[in-house]
Amino acid sequence: MSSPEMQQSVDVDVPQGVDGHSPSGDSPIPSGDSPIPSGDSPIPSSDLLTSSSDSPIKILVVDDEVDLEALVLQKFRRQIRKGELAFSFAHNGKEAIEKLDEDPEIAMVLSDINMPVMDGLALLKQLSETKPEIRAVIVSAYGDMSNIRTAMNRGAFDFVTKPIDFGDLQITIDKTLKHLRLMKDALASRDQLVALNSELDVARQMQAAALPARCSSTDFYDFNAVMVPAKEVGGDFYDLIRMSEKRIGVAIGDVSGKGVPAALFTMATRTLLRSYAMGGDPPHQCLNKVNELLCEDNDMCMFVTLFYAVLDAENGVLHYCNGGHNLPRIVRNDGRVEVLHATRNVALGVVAGHEFQHGQIELQADDSLFLYTDGVTEAEGPNAVEFGETRLDELLAHVDGGKAENITSRTLDEVEEFTRDIPQSDDITCVTLMRRGESLEAVGA
Amino acid sequence: MGNGDVLSLVTEKSGDTPVLVPMGRIDGSTAAMFQDALLKLVDEGGGPIVVDFEKVDYISSAGLRALLLVAKRLQANDGKLALCGMRDHIFEVFKISGFNEILAIHPTRQDAIDELP
Repeated sequence: MSSPEMQQSVDVDVPQGVDGHSPSGDSPIPSGDSPIPSGDSPIPSSDLLTSSSDSPIKILVVDDEVDLEALVLQKFRRQIRKGELAFSFAHNGKEAIEKLDEDPEIAMVLSDINMPVMDGLALLKQLSETKPEIRAVIVSAYGDMSNIRTAMNRGAFDFVTKPIDFGDLQITIDKTLKHLRLMKDALASRDQLVALNSELDVARQMQAAALPARCSSTDFYDFNAVMVPAKEVGGDFYDLIRMSEKRIGVAIGDVSGKGVPAALFTMATRTLLRSYAMGGDPPHQCLNKVNELLCEDNDMCMFVTLFYAVLDAENGVLHYCNGGHNLPRIVRNDGRVEVLHATRNVALGVVAGHEFQHGQIELQADDSLFLYTDGVTEAEGPNAVEFGETRLDELLAHVDGGKAENITSRTLDEVEEFTRDIPQSDDITCVTLMRRGESLEAVGA
Repeated sequence: MGNGDVLSLVTEKSGDTPVLVPMGRIDGSTAAMFQDALLKLVDEGGGPIVVDFEKVDYISSAGLRALLLVAKRLQANDGKLALCGMRDHIFEVFKISGFNEILAIHPTRQDAIDELP
């Protein structure tokens, strides 16, 4: 072996991997082929495999020829000195297993085939059964194809031939370590995915916890809401804002898209609306202000359809503003269903400076305001037929409207009946606010 | 899994103007693909783009968002997005959300082309 050739291959040494600071999730396949620039501060190859930058990558050499030990230590002396590689030695398969049991940090095994006590092929078999994370490279006589085939079939990662060409061995080691690093990255990505999924669960729980009470009632009003989230973190929300015993605000919204961005936008919308609503601003002014803030820096072009209404249960006047949301219904106490027509408004987050138009209607005793998201009307039944507004109006006309809960739960029941075995693809939300009959009597008395 | 969650996209030309013809459903699972196709047209020409909705069965808010994003992108280059060929239930989605007020919607493809600068 020519010593200048060796010098070169040692200087080129282990390929550079992800630099220690970039998150491995960004590029699962790092640019592994660029060599470390020789000279100042090369990245130790140990960074490629272990989290601790101090520990070298450990390779176990298994051979009954004692001479090999000195040769390996000499040929790889620079990487050993730099703390990039560390070698340990065993003289047969049995000894190798003992060493591996002692030191679980050994990442790679370089093994001869013909050895006393336990040969290389038996060692491979045991490794594949008990230590599958270790990569083994086999050293075999040139042309010994049958042993090489057997070794590969038993899970050897690669092979080199005798007499050992240390330039070739260096390349084989680099290749093996690169493979191990990719494996490690893949496992880390998988762990990240698992972690992300559990974060999504947290987001889901936070969203559920942030929703207001499902029911609320006084002598003057009766409120009931139900929300069935789809699998993903979704963009539906509703809110209930109690200003006094007789004055109540209700909101329903649906953010474009799903997932974490939608969930964050949902939270932002709810918080903004709540802060203005609590201040007692009329609905259209609340929407004006919420819209302004949502439009700022909205590069993602997220938007939310939002309906907000305030009921004065004493005189039955309902002030409302509809920012591009599905048209609410008024269920009258005699079963008539009216559509609360939109007032040429746009969803929020789209047009900065949009002047939201305001609407007003009167609720009699036992009249209800019914709000829903498109998860209701677009729920898919057999043959890709949607639940639709006609079915919705039909059921609202026949529901026993004595209680707010009757309306919401009946709607949900019918949607579930309609969709049966078809998986739900969007959040389903319904909200009912009923003006109570007692309030009139109380006022009249 | 509905058989409906499929979208295919074809780009046609009307003179120099690219016309994107989506077929099927533009929903949460296909909106990204719809948006990518539109952004590719923006990158290629930057000029006006027509989207013909004749063969669209369904569009969700995720699809509206993609259109909004592309319209804004085009506006930044003085380009224009024109929509056409919507069936009633599709137009209803634009009307309810108020998007008919901010996006140019025409009855037919010819109308859309004629209105372009």
